[in-house]
Amino acid sequence: MSELPGDLKYSKSHEWVRVNDDGTVTVGITDHAQEQLGDMVYVEVPEQGRELEAEEACAVVESVKAASDVYTPLAGTVVEVNEALTDAPETVNQDAYGAGWLMKLKPASPDALDGLMDPDAYQAFIDAE
Amino acid sequence: MGNKTPLFETHKALGARLVDFAGWDMPIHYGSQLEEHHTVRRDAGMFDVSHMTVVDLIGAQARSFLRHLLANNIDRLQDEGKALYSCMLNEQGGVIDDLIVYFMHESWFRLVVNSATRDKDLDWINAQAGPFDIDVIEQPELAMIAVQGPHARDRVLSVLDEPARQSAADLKLFFGIEHGDWFIARTGYTGEDGFEIMLPGTEAVAFWNALSEAGVAPCGLGCRDTLRLEAGMNLYGTDMDESVSPLVSGLGWTVGWEPAERNFIGRDALERERDAGPRQKLVGLLLEDKGVLRNHQKVITDRGGQGEITSGSFSPTLGRSIALARVPVDTGSHCQVEVRGRLLAARVVKPPFARNGKAQIELD
Repeated sequence: MSELPGDLKYSKSHEWVRVNDDGTVTVGITDHAQEQLGDMVYVEVPEQGRELEAEEACAVVESVKAASDVYTPLAGTVVEVNEALTDAPETVNQDAYGAGWLMKLKPASPDALDGLMDPDAYQAFIDAE
Repeated sequence: MGNKTPLFETHKALGARLVDFAGWDMPIHYGSQLEEHHTVRRDAGMFDVSHMTVVDLIGAQARSFLRHLLANNIDRLQDEGKALYSCMLNEQGGVIDDLIVYFMHESWFRLVVNSATRDKDLDWINAQAGPFDIDVIEQPELAMIAVQGPHARDRVLSVLDEPARQSAADLKLFFGIEHGDWFIARTGYTGEDGFEIMLPGTEAVAFWNALSEAGVAPCGLGCRDTLRLEAGMNLYGTDMDESVSPLVSGLGWTVGWEPAERNFIGRDALERERDAGPRQKLVGLLLEDKGVLRNHQKVITDRGGQGEITSGSFSPTLGRSIALARVPVDTGSHCQVEVRGRLLAARVVKPPFARNGKAQIELD
Protein backbone atom coordinates (compact mmCIF):
# COMPACT_ATOMS: atom_id res chain seq x y z
CA MET A 1 0.00 0.00 0.00
CA SER A 2 1.11 3.56 -0.69
CA GLU A 3 1.93 5.61 2.41
CA LEU A 4 -0.18 8.70 2.97
CA PRO A 5 1.47 11.53 4.92
CA GLY A 6 -0.98 12.95 7.46
CA ASP A 7 -0.04 16.62 7.03
CA LEU A 8 -1.03 16.81 3.35
CA LYS A 9 -4.26 17.50 1.48
CA TYR A 10 -5.26 15.48 -1.54
CA SER A 11 -7.23 15.99 -4.77
CA LYS A 12 -9.43 13.61 -6.76
CA SER A 13 -6.98 13.86 -9.65
CA HIS A 14 -4.25 12.45 -7.35
CA GLU A 15 -2.22 15.54 -6.49
CA TRP A 16 -1.06 16.40 -2.98
CA VAL A 17 -0.71 19.85 -1.37
CA ARG A 18 1.52 20.84 1.54
CA VAL A 19 1.08 24.22 3.27
CA ASN A 20 4.44 25.84 3.93
CA ASP A 21 5.32 28.23 6.79
CA ASP A 22 5.65 31.18 4.39
CA GLY A 23 2.06 30.80 3.18
CA THR A 24 2.99 29.15 -0.12
CA VAL A 25 1.91 25.59 -0.95
CA THR A 26 3.90 22.78 -2.53
CA VAL A 27 2.18 20.50 -5.06
CA GLY A 28 3.12 17.05 -6.30
CA ILE A 29 1.48 13.81 -7.43
CA THR A 30 0.65 11.09 -4.93
CA ASP A 31 2.53 7.86 -4.45
CA HIS A 32 -0.57 6.05 -5.68
CA ALA A 33 -0.47 8.10 -8.90
CA GLN A 34 3.21 7.48 -9.61
CA GLU A 35 2.72 3.76 -8.92
CA GLN A 36 -0.14 3.61 -11.42
CA LEU A 37 1.82 5.51 -14.07
CA GLY A 38 5.07 3.57 -13.77
CA ASP A 39 8.64 4.66 -14.51
CA MET A 40 8.79 8.40 -15.21
CA VAL A 41 10.87 9.44 -18.19
CA TYR A 42 9.87 13.09 -18.67
CA VAL A 43 8.37 15.81 -16.50
CA GLU A 44 7.22 19.21 -17.74
CA VAL A 45 6.60 21.84 -15.07
CA PRO A 46 4.79 25.18 -15.59
CA GLU A 47 6.59 28.47 -16.09
CA GLN A 48 7.38 30.47 -13.00
CA GLY A 49 4.97 33.37 -12.59
CA ARG A 50 2.12 31.62 -14.39
CA GLU A 51 -1.32 32.28 -12.90
CA LEU A 52 -3.31 29.08 -12.52
CA GLU A 53 -7.03 28.52 -12.19
CA ALA A 54 -8.12 25.71 -9.88
CA GLU A 55 -8.10 22.33 -11.66
CA GLU A 56 -6.21 23.75 -14.63
CA ALA A 57 -3.84 21.34 -16.42
CA CYS A 58 -0.43 22.83 -15.69
CA ALA A 59 2.20 20.10 -15.75
CA VAL A 60 2.82 16.83 -17.57
CA VAL A 61 4.31 13.65 -16.20
CA GLU A 62 5.24 11.04 -18.79
CA SER A 63 6.02 7.46 -17.93
CA VAL A 64 7.35 4.91 -20.41
CA LYS A 65 3.71 3.97 -20.89
CA ALA A 66 1.84 7.25 -21.31
CA ALA A 67 1.61 10.99 -20.76
CA SER A 68 -0.60 12.34 -17.98
CA ASP A 69 -1.69 15.86 -17.19
CA VAL A 70 -1.25 17.21 -13.69
CA TYR A 71 -4.01 19.54 -12.51
CA THR A 72 -3.44 22.21 -9.91
CA PRO A 73 -5.71 21.47 -6.94
CA LEU A 74 -6.06 25.20 -6.19
CA ALA A 75 -5.82 28.59 -7.90
CA GLY A 76 -2.61 30.53 -7.45
CA THR A 77 0.62 31.88 -8.90
CA VAL A 78 3.58 29.61 -9.62
CA VAL A 79 6.44 30.90 -7.46
CA GLU A 80 8.91 28.04 -7.85
CA VAL A 81 9.23 24.87 -9.93
CA ASN A 82 11.31 21.74 -9.41
CA GLU A 83 13.87 22.15 -12.21
CA ALA A 84 15.78 19.07 -11.03
CA LEU A 85 13.04 16.83 -12.45
CA THR A 86 14.05 17.73 -16.01
CA ASP A 87 17.17 15.61 -15.68
CA ALA A 88 15.91 13.22 -13.02
CA PRO A 89 12.21 12.48 -13.67
CA GLU A 90 12.57 9.20 -11.74
CA THR A 91 12.64 11.28 -8.54
CA VAL A 92 8.84 11.37 -8.78
CA ASN A 93 8.81 7.56 -8.49
CA GLN A 94 11.39 7.46 -5.74
CA ASP A 95 10.14 10.26 -3.49
CA ALA A 96 6.69 11.43 -4.55
CA TYR A 97 6.01 13.42 -1.35
CA GLY A 98 9.53 14.84 -0.97
CA ALA A 99 12.15 15.51 -3.64
CA GLY A 100 9.61 14.63 -6.34
CA TRP A 101 7.52 17.78 -5.75
CA LEU A 102 6.48 19.64 -8.90
CA MET A 103 5.78 23.30 -8.04
CA LYS A 104 5.16 25.86 -5.32
CA LEU A 105 2.18 28.18 -5.55
CA LYS A 106 1.08 31.37 -3.84
CA PRO A 107 -2.62 30.59 -3.29
CA ALA A 108 -5.08 33.03 -4.83
CA SER A 109 -7.25 32.96 -1.71
CA PRO A 110 -6.89 31.73 1.88
CA ASP A 111 -9.75 29.23 1.52
CA ALA A 112 -8.30 27.66 -1.63
CA LEU A 113 -7.65 24.37 0.17
CA ASP A 114 -11.17 23.94 1.43
CA GLY A 115 -12.38 21.44 -1.16
CA LEU A 116 -9.44 19.05 -0.74
CA MET A 117 -9.42 15.70 1.03
CA ASP A 118 -7.62 14.67 4.20
CA PRO A 119 -5.62 11.41 4.15
CA ASP A 120 -8.53 9.23 5.32
CA ALA A 121 -10.88 10.64 2.72
CA TYR A 122 -8.28 10.21 -0.03
CA GLN A 123 -7.59 6.62 1.06
CA ALA A 124 -11.31 5.88 0.87
CA PHE A 125 -11.41 7.55 -2.55
CA ILE A 126 -8.58 5.35 -3.90
CA ASP A 127 -10.14 2.22 -2.44
CA ALA A 128 -13.44 3.01 -4.14
CA GLU A 129 -11.84 3.73 -7.51
CA MET B 1 -11.87 -12.09 -16.61
CA GLY B 2 -9.57 -12.76 -19.52
CA ASN B 3 -7.74 -15.82 -20.76
CA LYS B 4 -4.92 -16.99 -18.55
CA THR B 5 -1.64 -18.61 -19.48
CA PRO B 6 -0.27 -21.51 -17.40
CA LEU B 7 2.02 -18.93 -15.74
CA PHE B 8 -0.78 -16.62 -14.53
CA GLU B 9 -0.53 -17.60 -10.86
CA THR B 10 3.26 -17.37 -11.05
CA HIS B 11 3.02 -13.80 -12.35
CA LYS B 12 0.62 -12.88 -9.57
CA ALA B 13 2.91 -14.35 -6.93
CA LEU B 14 5.80 -12.33 -8.38
CA GLY B 15 3.79 -9.13 -7.91
CA ALA B 16 3.24 -8.46 -11.59
CA ARG B 17 0.99 -5.63 -12.71
CA LEU B 18 -1.46 -7.47 -14.96
CA VAL B 19 -3.23 -5.86 -17.89
CA ASP B 20 -5.65 -7.01 -20.54
CA PHE B 21 -3.73 -7.84 -23.70
CA ALA B 22 -5.95 -8.98 -26.58
CA GLY B 23 -8.23 -10.74 -24.12
CA TRP B 24 -5.42 -12.23 -22.02
CA ASP B 25 -4.40 -11.22 -18.50
CA MET B 26 -0.70 -10.58 -19.06
CA PRO B 27 2.08 -8.99 -16.98
CA ILE B 28 3.03 -5.49 -18.14
CA HIS B 29 5.86 -5.32 -15.60
CA TYR B 30 6.92 -6.78 -12.26
CA GLY B 31 7.93 -3.48 -10.66
CA SER B 32 9.93 -1.43 -13.13
CA GLN B 33 9.58 -1.56 -16.89
CA LEU B 34 12.84 0.39 -17.27
CA GLU B 35 14.87 -2.01 -15.16
CA GLU B 36 13.46 -4.98 -17.02
CA HIS B 37 14.38 -3.34 -20.32
CA HIS B 38 17.98 -2.82 -19.20
CA THR B 39 18.16 -6.37 -17.86
CA VAL B 40 17.39 -7.75 -21.31
CA ARG B 41 19.95 -5.47 -23.03
CA ARG B 42 22.63 -6.24 -20.44
CA ASP B 43 21.95 -9.66 -18.94
CA ALA B 44 18.98 -12.01 -19.41
CA GLY B 45 15.22 -11.68 -19.07
CA MET B 46 12.25 -13.95 -19.74
CA PHE B 47 8.80 -13.22 -21.13
CA ASP B 48 5.65 -15.30 -20.95
CA VAL B 49 4.38 -15.14 -24.54
CA SER B 50 2.04 -18.12 -24.22
CA HIS B 51 -0.80 -15.92 -25.48
CA MET B 52 0.68 -16.11 -28.97
CA THR B 53 -0.98 -18.49 -31.40
CA VAL B 54 0.85 -21.55 -32.70
CA VAL B 55 -0.59 -23.14 -35.84
CA ASP B 56 0.82 -26.27 -37.44
CA LEU B 57 0.31 -26.96 -41.14
CA ILE B 58 0.53 -30.68 -41.71
CA GLY B 59 0.46 -32.48 -45.03
CA ALA B 60 2.34 -33.11 -48.23
CA GLN B 61 1.12 -29.82 -49.73
CA ALA B 62 2.14 -27.60 -46.81
CA ARG B 63 4.95 -25.96 -48.74
CA SER B 64 2.91 -25.28 -51.86
CA PHE B 65 0.15 -23.83 -49.66
CA LEU B 66 2.64 -21.44 -48.03
CA ARG B 67 3.96 -20.38 -51.47
CA HIS B 68 0.42 -19.12 -52.03
CA LEU B 69 -0.36 -17.82 -48.53
CA LEU B 70 2.76 -15.82 -47.64
CA ALA B 71 4.35 -12.73 -49.21
CA ASN B 72 7.82 -13.98 -48.34
CA ASN B 73 9.10 -16.94 -50.31
CA ILE B 74 8.82 -20.17 -48.31
CA ASP B 75 11.40 -21.72 -50.63
CA ARG B 76 14.00 -19.65 -48.79
CA LEU B 77 13.58 -22.39 -46.18
CA GLN B 78 15.60 -25.37 -47.38
CA ASP B 79 17.23 -26.49 -44.12
CA GLU B 80 15.05 -28.17 -41.50
CA GLY B 81 14.49 -25.96 -38.45
CA LYS B 82 15.04 -22.70 -40.32
CA ALA B 83 12.66 -19.81 -39.60
CA LEU B 84 11.30 -17.11 -41.90
CA TYR B 85 9.55 -13.82 -41.10
CA SER B 86 6.68 -12.99 -43.42
CA CYS B 87 3.56 -10.95 -43.90
CA MET B 88 0.26 -12.61 -44.75
CA LEU B 89 -1.60 -10.31 -47.15
CA ASN B 90 -5.12 -9.88 -48.39
CA GLU B 91 -5.87 -9.49 -52.13
CA GLN B 92 -5.41 -5.70 -51.82
CA GLY B 93 -1.87 -6.15 -50.48
CA GLY B 94 -2.91 -5.11 -46.96
CA VAL B 95 -1.28 -6.90 -44.06
CA ILE B 96 -3.58 -9.41 -42.32
CA ASP B 97 -0.78 -10.33 -39.91
CA ASP B 98 2.95 -10.77 -39.64
CA LEU B 99 4.29 -14.13 -38.52
CA ILE B 100 7.20 -16.47 -38.13
CA VAL B 101 7.14 -19.77 -39.97
CA TYR B 102 9.43 -22.65 -39.01
CA PHE B 103 10.30 -25.43 -41.46
CA MET B 104 9.98 -28.52 -39.26
CA HIS B 105 10.09 -31.05 -42.08
CA GLU B 106 8.62 -31.33 -45.56
CA SER B 107 5.10 -32.11 -44.41
CA TRP B 108 5.10 -29.94 -41.28
CA PHE B 109 5.48 -26.16 -41.05
CA ARG B 110 4.79 -24.29 -37.82
CA LEU B 111 3.40 -20.74 -37.81
CA VAL B 112 3.46 -18.36 -34.85
CA VAL B 113 0.93 -15.57 -35.30
CA ASN B 114 -0.25 -12.70 -33.11
CA SER B 115 -2.83 -13.38 -30.41
CA ALA B 116 -4.81 -10.22 -31.16
CA THR B 117 -5.40 -11.48 -34.71
CA ARG B 118 -5.93 -15.16 -33.84
CA ASP B 119 -9.54 -15.48 -34.95
CA LYS B 120 -9.23 -13.71 -38.28
CA ASP B 121 -5.90 -15.43 -39.02
CA LEU B 122 -7.36 -18.90 -38.44
CA ASP B 123 -10.43 -18.03 -40.52
CA TRP B 124 -8.24 -16.75 -43.35
CA ILE B 125 -5.80 -19.65 -43.27
CA ASN B 126 -8.61 -22.21 -43.18
CA ALA B 127 -10.44 -20.49 -46.02
CA GLN B 128 -7.31 -20.39 -48.18
CA ALA B 129 -6.37 -23.97 -47.31
CA GLY B 130 -9.49 -25.40 -48.94
CA PRO B 131 -7.97 -26.56 -52.25
CA PHE B 132 -4.80 -27.91 -50.57
CA ASP B 133 -4.36 -31.29 -48.98
CA ILE B 134 -3.28 -30.06 -45.55
CA ASP B 135 -4.51 -29.94 -41.98
CA VAL B 136 -4.51 -26.66 -40.08
CA ILE B 137 -4.01 -27.48 -36.42
CA GLU B 138 -3.85 -24.89 -33.66
CA GLN B 139 -1.72 -25.86 -30.65
CA PRO B 140 -3.38 -23.98 -27.78
CA GLU B 141 -1.91 -26.26 -25.11
CA LEU B 142 1.62 -25.05 -25.87
CA ALA B 143 3.11 -22.43 -23.57
CA MET B 144 5.83 -20.16 -24.92
CA ILE B 145 8.65 -18.53 -22.99
CA ALA B 146 11.09 -16.11 -24.64
CA VAL B 147 14.47 -15.81 -22.92
CA GLN B 148 16.44 -12.87 -24.28
CA GLY B 149 19.67 -11.03 -23.56
CA PRO B 150 23.43 -11.43 -23.91
CA HIS B 151 23.44 -14.14 -21.20
CA ALA B 152 20.13 -15.73 -22.18
CA ARG B 153 21.56 -18.68 -24.10
CA ASP B 154 23.99 -19.68 -21.37
CA ARG B 155 21.30 -19.54 -18.70
CA VAL B 156 18.85 -21.60 -20.75
CA LEU B 157 21.50 -24.20 -21.59
CA SER B 158 22.33 -24.47 -17.89
CA VAL B 159 18.81 -25.69 -17.07
CA LEU B 160 18.32 -28.06 -20.02
CA ASP B 161 19.08 -31.76 -19.80
CA GLU B 162 21.09 -33.62 -22.41
CA PRO B 163 20.56 -34.11 -25.28
CA ALA B 164 18.33 -31.01 -25.52
CA ARG B 165 21.19 -28.95 -24.16
CA GLN B 166 23.56 -29.94 -26.94
CA SER B 167 21.06 -29.46 -29.75
CA ALA B 168 20.06 -26.04 -28.37
CA ALA B 169 23.71 -25.06 -27.99
CA ASP B 170 24.32 -25.93 -31.65
CA LEU B 171 21.41 -23.87 -32.98
CA LYS B 172 22.34 -21.19 -35.47
CA LEU B 173 20.54 -17.82 -35.49
CA PHE B 174 16.96 -18.10 -36.72
CA PHE B 175 16.83 -21.89 -36.44
CA GLY B 176 14.75 -24.07 -34.16
CA ILE B 177 14.78 -27.71 -33.14
CA GLU B 178 12.27 -30.17 -31.72
CA HIS B 179 13.04 -32.05 -28.61
CA GLY B 180 10.22 -34.40 -27.66
CA ASP B 181 7.18 -32.17 -27.32
CA TRP B 182 9.37 -29.10 -26.80
CA PHE B 183 10.49 -26.77 -29.57
CA ILE B 184 13.49 -24.55 -28.96
CA ALA B 185 14.23 -21.73 -31.42
CA ARG B 186 16.98 -19.14 -31.56
CA THR B 187 14.58 -16.32 -32.37
CA GLY B 188 13.12 -13.35 -30.53
CA TYR B 189 11.55 -9.90 -30.60
CA THR B 190 14.01 -7.79 -28.65
CA GLY B 191 17.13 -7.34 -30.77
CA GLU B 192 19.08 -9.57 -28.40
CA ASP B 193 20.27 -13.15 -28.76
CA GLY B 194 18.30 -15.83 -26.98
CA PHE B 195 15.68 -18.52 -27.35
CA GLU B 196 11.95 -18.81 -27.76
CA ILE B 197 10.81 -22.08 -26.23
CA MET B 198 7.48 -23.76 -26.84
CA LEU B 199 6.61 -26.43 -24.33
CA PRO B 200 3.53 -28.16 -22.92
CA GLY B 201 1.66 -25.78 -20.65
CA THR B 202 1.87 -28.31 -17.82
CA GLU B 203 5.67 -27.94 -17.79
CA ALA B 204 5.80 -24.14 -18.06
CA VAL B 205 5.86 -23.27 -14.35
CA ALA B 206 8.71 -25.66 -13.54
CA PHE B 207 10.77 -24.39 -16.46
CA TRP B 208 10.09 -20.74 -15.56
CA ASN B 209 11.15 -21.38 -11.97
CA ALA B 210 14.31 -23.17 -13.08
CA LEU B 211 15.20 -20.20 -15.30
CA SER B 212 14.53 -17.87 -12.39
CA GLU B 213 16.90 -19.86 -10.19
CA ALA B 214 19.49 -19.69 -12.96
CA GLY B 215 19.35 -15.89 -12.79
CA VAL B 216 16.90 -15.00 -15.55
CA ALA B 217 14.69 -12.04 -14.53
CA PRO B 218 10.95 -12.04 -15.25
CA CYS B 219 10.09 -9.27 -17.70
CA GLY B 220 6.71 -7.91 -18.73
CA LEU B 221 5.22 -7.07 -22.09
CA GLY B 222 5.85 -3.36 -21.39
CA CYS B 223 9.57 -3.66 -21.94
CA ARG B 224 9.05 -6.15 -24.75
CA ASP B 225 7.47 -3.24 -26.62
CA THR B 226 10.30 -0.76 -25.95
CA LEU B 227 12.88 -3.46 -26.79
CA ARG B 228 11.26 -4.32 -30.13
CA LEU B 229 10.89 -0.62 -30.97
CA GLU B 230 14.57 0.01 -30.27
CA ALA B 231 15.36 -3.03 -32.42
CA GLY B 232 13.32 -1.50 -35.26
CA MET B 233 10.80 -4.34 -35.34
CA ASN B 234 7.23 -3.61 -36.36
CA LEU B 235 4.24 -4.27 -34.13
CA TYR B 236 1.14 -5.52 -35.90
CA GLY B 237 -1.91 -3.30 -35.44
CA THR B 238 0.11 -0.15 -34.80
CA ASP B 239 2.87 -0.06 -37.43
CA MET B 240 0.86 -1.91 -40.06
CA ASP B 241 -2.58 -3.40 -40.58
CA GLU B 242 -4.92 -4.38 -43.38
CA SER B 243 -5.09 -0.81 -44.72
CA VAL B 244 -1.40 -0.64 -45.64
CA SER B 245 1.05 -2.82 -47.57
CA PRO B 246 4.49 -4.05 -46.56
CA LEU B 247 5.96 -1.53 -49.04
CA VAL B 248 4.90 1.45 -46.91
CA SER B 249 5.62 -0.39 -43.63
CA GLY B 250 9.38 -0.84 -43.87
CA LEU B 251 8.79 -4.47 -44.84
CA GLY B 252 9.58 -4.41 -48.56
CA TRP B 253 12.56 -6.65 -47.77
CA THR B 254 10.20 -9.42 -46.66
CA VAL B 255 8.40 -9.61 -50.00
CA GLY B 256 9.68 -12.52 -52.11
CA TRP B 257 9.32 -11.08 -55.63
CA GLU B 258 11.34 -13.89 -57.18
CA PRO B 259 10.42 -16.19 -58.77
CA ALA B 260 8.03 -13.99 -60.74
CA GLU B 261 5.64 -16.88 -61.37
CA ARG B 262 4.93 -17.43 -57.64
CA ASN B 263 1.47 -15.97 -57.43
CA PHE B 264 1.05 -15.28 -53.70
CA ILE B 265 -2.06 -13.60 -52.33
CA GLY B 266 -1.75 -9.82 -52.75
CA ARG B 267 0.98 -10.02 -55.38
CA ASP B 268 -0.92 -8.18 -58.13
CA ALA B 269 -1.79 -5.26 -55.84
CA LEU B 270 1.79 -5.07 -54.52
CA GLU B 271 3.24 -5.06 -58.05
CA ARG B 272 0.97 -2.21 -59.03
CA GLU B 273 2.01 -0.23 -55.95
CA ARG B 274 5.68 -1.00 -56.55
CA ASP B 275 5.50 0.01 -60.21
CA ALA B 276 3.62 3.23 -59.45
CA GLY B 277 6.11 3.99 -56.68
CA PRO B 278 4.93 3.85 -53.04
CA ARG B 279 3.87 7.28 -51.77
CA GLN B 280 4.95 6.71 -48.18
CA LYS B 281 7.67 4.98 -46.21
CA LEU B 282 8.22 3.90 -42.63
CA VAL B 283 11.21 5.61 -40.99
CA GLY B 284 12.77 5.92 -37.58
CA LEU B 285 12.65 9.21 -35.67
CA LEU B 286 14.96 10.40 -32.93
CA LEU B 287 13.53 13.29 -30.92
CA GLU B 288 16.10 16.08 -30.63
CA ASP B 289 14.08 18.17 -28.16
CA LYS B 290 12.92 17.06 -24.73
CA GLY B 291 9.61 15.20 -24.57
CA VAL B 292 8.20 11.85 -25.57
CA LEU B 293 6.96 10.76 -29.00
CA ARG B 294 3.70 8.81 -28.90
CA ASN B 295 1.55 6.83 -31.34
CA HIS B 296 -0.57 8.95 -33.71
CA GLN B 297 1.30 12.23 -33.25
CA LYS B 298 1.47 14.27 -36.45
CA VAL B 299 4.75 14.54 -38.35
CA ILE B 300 5.48 17.60 -40.51
CA THR B 301 8.29 17.37 -43.06
CA ASP B 302 10.56 20.12 -44.43
CA ARG B 303 8.57 20.06 -47.67
CA GLY B 304 5.30 20.61 -45.83
CA GLY B 305 4.18 17.00 -46.12
CA GLN B 306 2.44 15.22 -43.28
CA GLY B 307 2.95 11.84 -41.69
CA GLU B 308 2.08 10.04 -38.50
CA ILE B 309 3.93 8.27 -35.73
CA THR B 310 2.94 4.61 -35.68
CA SER B 311 4.95 3.63 -32.55
CA GLY B 312 6.50 6.18 -30.25
CA SER B 313 8.08 5.79 -26.84
CA PHE B 314 11.04 6.54 -24.67
CA SER B 315 14.16 4.54 -25.51
CA PRO B 316 15.75 3.39 -22.26
CA THR B 317 18.99 2.43 -24.03
CA LEU B 318 19.42 5.82 -25.73
CA GLY B 319 17.84 7.89 -22.95
CA ARG B 320 15.89 9.71 -25.65
CA SER B 321 12.52 9.41 -27.29
CA ILE B 322 12.28 7.41 -30.52
CA ALA B 323 9.54 6.41 -32.93
CA LEU B 324 8.57 4.66 -36.11
CA ALA B 325 6.61 6.97 -38.40
CA ARG B 326 4.86 6.67 -41.75
CA VAL B 327 5.89 9.73 -43.77
CA PRO B 328 5.83 10.93 -47.41
CA VAL B 329 8.44 9.16 -49.51
CA ASP B 330 10.35 12.43 -50.16
CA THR B 331 10.93 13.11 -46.44
CA GLY B 332 14.49 14.30 -45.83
CA SER B 333 16.78 14.02 -42.83
CA HIS B 334 14.79 16.17 -40.40
CA CYS B 335 11.16 16.78 -39.51
CA GLN B 336 8.93 18.18 -36.80
CA VAL B 337 6.46 16.36 -34.61
CA GLU B 338 3.42 17.90 -33.01
CA VAL B 339 3.71 16.91 -29.36
CA ARG B 340 0.97 18.14 -27.06
CA GLY B 341 0.39 21.33 -29.05
CA ARG B 342 4.04 22.15 -29.72
CA LEU B 343 6.30 21.42 -32.69
CA LEU B 344 9.43 19.54 -31.64
CA ALA B 345 12.46 18.78 -33.81
CA ALA B 346 13.25 15.19 -34.77
CA ARG B 347 15.92 13.54 -36.90
CA VAL B 348 14.98 10.91 -39.46
CA VAL B 349 17.07 7.79 -38.91
CA LYS B 350 17.29 4.24 -40.17
CA PRO B 351 16.28 1.66 -37.53
CA PRO B 352 17.42 -0.26 -35.55
CA PHE B 353 18.01 2.25 -32.77
CA ALA B 354 19.63 -0.31 -30.48
CA ARG B 355 20.36 -4.00 -30.46
CA ASN B 356 22.90 -6.43 -29.04
CA GLY B 357 23.25 -4.21 -25.99
CA LYS B 358 24.35 -1.14 -27.89
CA ALA B 359 23.05 2.02 -29.52
CA GLN B 360 22.98 1.64 -33.29
CA ILE B 361 22.65 5.31 -34.17
CA GLU B 362 24.73 8.38 -33.36
CA LEU B 363 22.92 10.53 -30.83
CA ASP B 364 24.23 13.97 -31.89
